[in-house]
Amino acid sequence: MQAKPVGGPLFTRSFLILVALAALAGLTIVWRFAAGLGATTALSDGYPWGLWIAFDVVTGTALACGGYAMALLVYIFNKGKYHPLVRPAILTSALGYSIAGFSVVIDIGRPWMAWKLPLYINHWNLNSALLEVALCIMAYCVVLYIELMPAVLEKFKGQPNAIGRIADKALPIFDKVLIFIIALGMLLPTMHQSSLGSLMMLTGPRLHPLWFSPLLPLLFLIGCVMMGFAIVVFEAAFSSKAFGHKPDVAILRQLAKVSAWCSLLFVAVRFLDLSVRGSIGAAFVPDKYAFWFWVEFLCFIAPVVILFTKTKHYSLGNIFRQAILLAVGGALYRFDAYLLAFQPGPGWHYFPSVPEIVVTVGLVAAEIAVYIFVVKKFPIVAAEHA
Amino acid sequence: MATDRRTLLKGFAATAAAAASMTVVSTPALARTRKTVPSDAAGLLYDATKCVGCKACVVACKDAAGLPADTRASKLYDAPEGLNEFTKNVIQLAKSGNESSYVKKQCMHCVDPACVGACMLGALHKGQYGVVSWNGDLCVGCRYCSMACAFNVPKFEWSKAAPKLVKCELCQDRLAQGKQPACTEVCPRNAVIFGQYDALLDEAHKRLQSEPGKYVPKVYGEKELGGTQVLYLSHVPFEDLGFRFNTDQPVPEVQQTVQHGIYKGFVGPIALYALLGAVMFRNRKKSTEDSDAS
Amino acid sequence: MSASRTPADDSIAARLERAGVSRRSFITFCGKLMVVAPAGLAITSKLSPELVAAEIGKAKRPSVIWLQMQDCTGCTETLLRTSQPDLADLILNIISLDYHETVMAASGHDAELALQDAMKANDGKYVVVVEGAIPTKDNGKYLYLAGKPGMQVLDEVTSRAAAVISMGSCASWGGVASTGENPTGSTGVISLVKNKPVVNIPGCPPNPYVLLATVLEYARTGKVPALDDQNRPKFAFDRLIHDHCPRRPHFDAGRFAQQFGDEGHRSGFCLYKLGCKGPVTHAACSTRHFNEVVDAWPIGIGHPCVGCTEQGVVFTQPIHATADIKRALPPDAYPAVWGEHKGISPIATGVAGVIGGALVGGGLIASRKLNDEEPKE
Repeated sequence: MQAKPVGGPLFTRSFLILVALAALAGLTIVWRFAAGLGATTALSDGYPWGLWIAFDVVTGTALACGGYAMALLVYIFNKGKYHPLVRPAILTSALGYSIAGFSVVIDIGRPWMAWKLPLYINHWNLNSALLEVALCIMAYCVVLYIELMPAVLEKFKGQPNAIGRIADKALPIFDKVLIFIIALGMLLPTMHQSSLGSLMMLTGPRLHPLWFSPLLPLLFLIGCVMMGFAIVVFEAAFSSKAFGHKPDVAILRQLAKVSAWCSLLFVAVRFLDLSVRGSIGAAFVPDKYAFWFWVEFLCFIAPVVILFTKTKHYSLGNIFRQAILLAVGGALYRFDAYLLAFQPGPGWHYFPSVPEIVVTVGLVAAEIAVYIFVVKKFPIVAAEHA
Repeated sequence: MATDRRTLLKGFAATAAAAASMTVVSTPALARTRKTVPSDAAGLLYDATKCVGCKACVVACKDAAGLPADTRASKLYDAPEGLNEFTKNVIQLAKSGNESSYVKKQCMHCVDPACVGACMLGALHKGQYGVVSWNGDLCVGCRYCSMACAFNVPKFEWSKAAPKLVKCELCQDRLAQGKQPACTEVCPRNAVIFGQYDALLDEAHKRLQSEPGKYVPKVYGEKELGGTQVLYLSHVPFEDLGFRFNTDQPVPEVQQTVQHGIYKGFVGPIALYALLGAVMFRNRKKSTEDSDAS
Repeated sequence: MSASRTPADDSIAARLERAGVSRRSFITFCGKLMVVAPAGLAITSKLSPELVAAEIGKAKRPSVIWLQMQDCTGCTETLLRTSQPDLADLILNIISLDYHETVMAASGHDAELALQDAMKANDGKYVVVVEGAIPTKDNGKYLYLAGKPGMQVLDEVTSRAAAVISMGSCASWGGVASTGENPTGSTGVISLVKNKPVVNIPGCPPNPYVLLATVLEYARTGKVPALDDQNRPKFAFDRLIHDHCPRRPHFDAGRFAQQFGDEGHRSGFCLYKLGCKGPVTHAACSTRHFNEVVDAWPIGIGHPCVGCTEQGVVFTQPIHATADIKRALPPDAYPAVWGEHKGISPIATGVAGVIGGALVGGGLIASRKLNDEEPKE
């Protein structure tokens, strides 16, 4: 099956709603810069990081790990049958990481200094995990957009105009260098997704023992691979419904099961780690930490049980639900690590403010809207019509 | 399905190997030697038993640092609830059972500061006399330092459009002029004194020895979290003064050991890149062979 | 004081002795000067009143010409409220009050002659004390002194003076006459006299000892005391009432009188909430009281300070409106080690709940739709 633009009218009702949400976020972002973070967010001296970091950056990039996960599956484990799902995954990843990058720019207090990060090499603090995350995400964004270029150029291939000629010249070049780009596209997420885990290691004694671990990088890495596969399933199923395609249920089922295997690995590593370090007792103290720990566990383990035992009835809807659960579980783990487990001391509270929520929702809406636009106009999705 | 399971088991094995190697690598003893107090280290010794809560140090610090009053709670008073963007030094009242104690809070100027380890471009750095100070030219305002500091010291200027990071820098400009920090100069009871770190530590131990009943038998900051250049003596448990942590382990130790273990010399990433490239290359060759064969 | 006296000894000490003023009385006066000017004046920077007395005693009494412009005579009255020494000794032996319309014996043409004589006899050496504001509108026609506009008299008298002292808020910056619309264009001395040293002693009225200390300092040293940026002597005006008020501990502890006569008022609590202008007023009243009675000053007797020295405060800000705090300082209270900080916004929680619910619901509906459409295996 060849990828081709989905076509169809762009300005549907849902599209317009998404654009409206994005516009609302845009206005709020202008207000954030005019009034400062103190006036628009619920961030405080006790909680310097909030929704924009915990969701937009940390969870958002994990949900955008579809490209990474699919690349691993197709190019490393050589499962060519999943190839049609790579392009949409790369698009989701590119958009997701762009949103994450944009969220960083609006979250940091002195964004006019950000240009120094990649350029002030002699000032790089190589001990800083955050530096690694920042540079690696910057690089990965570039890589993702390069990986997307073939899809963009294919639309103009063979056309008699200037762009057509550029496309004709450039596509073969891409073909040759793509292997190096794709390998980077697997190296970089490995690095920064694990470093996102390392970030919270530095909060050390202020991180609740159920989440603090020297294995945080590994757990975040397994988590992001799991979430990547889950998102691919989610997005493929959703697209099929939205664009009237016939979903390849068998493939999606496989992907869901791969995600579930990752989930099982995650849970195993987590419990082992907690037991070895003697922190497992905290899971049985009747407090909110233990409560959310078990909620996470449920989100991780329920899909595993369902996907591996209900061999008879693998409806698409069921697969879809389990994929959501896995993504939610992974997201919840990250939220908990960054917001719940972080203990600045008694008396400090944090819940995102309405402007923070509006911005996050709007940015996600913008991402979805752009996704719809690209998928309709460019050859990304390869699917039969239902 | 069989190939899938094999693939997945391969993946499992790889991950298990990764986990094992990371666990080994993250043993602190292996990878990272602990930092020691710098030879020119200066610091403060705060003796809570001598403090009468006059807050002269709070006023003097605001004057010396040019900070405005925090009149958010009441426009009549400068009444910060703790360290914040307007307040680099504060006196709090701690309750401990039936007793109470004043406690002065400011930057601890740690020997192995978490904030310095966190800062991407080194805006926060440990410099002359071991003082941890902030360079605005290198700060993007990410607030990772605030997340990292176990004492919750670095404060971000939430109220400003061009925010800075605010924390005690031991009056470096005054030190350069041969003067003491403002807080120690003004303290009427010498409850907080300034000096060379070694001398202050000696003095602290002398006091513990000469009047053992008066103090909790510990100099807080001597070993805690890798050591701090601001030392505390108290007659109530340090926990009640707000010092929650008693471990000797410096805050950055675990993270930096793990990170260095993974990234040392950039060998790991390069090796991984090479491995990924090699596997992809082999897969591509195999698929062209298969298609040739078919 | 049985120092050698020559017939020509015109020093203050000699004159007082000749007048039969007791040494005790003069030393008491010098002690009062020390209280008024504990620092910042050469004549009172001594270790004992006896030494101050010896210092002042050597001075030649200065010639003082006192002009009254748009005044209420309150500043003269405050000078009269000194009992040690009594008025006669004061105006004859400690200073030489050569012209003062209210207390001098002469009147009419004789008074004007006295003025001219005093100016001639002490040409270039006399001190002019001005009481009251000077109207400047319409060529100053709103005040005539002996047939001449006040502006002109001021100009003539100060032109031959050694120094000028503005006694009271009216002479310092225009006072009550200059408030509101200022129909007569009233202004202080310093706006009109540009070529002589001018010392402002605002107050309504000021403490008389501040004036005396300033005059005697000039007489003994030939220099006016150190002045601030409004030409007020620093020894008396360098601090706010608020910073030197005996009720400050009540302010710091948040103990306020809420209404006249209530429990707090009767307990002597801080009068900030009743409109005290202490936080914006520079004056010496809190330690230099009035009428030579201890604690006889507005706050001492339970009325909030109205800021009578400060232009822009008195006669402008309502008496019972609270003043700005120029520089907030810590209160007499302490933050806790773990204080309670801002809580969680219920609106945000609600919004998040709605969004979460919508997502869960949407996900369930979408999954059911997928089930319905998809061919069963």
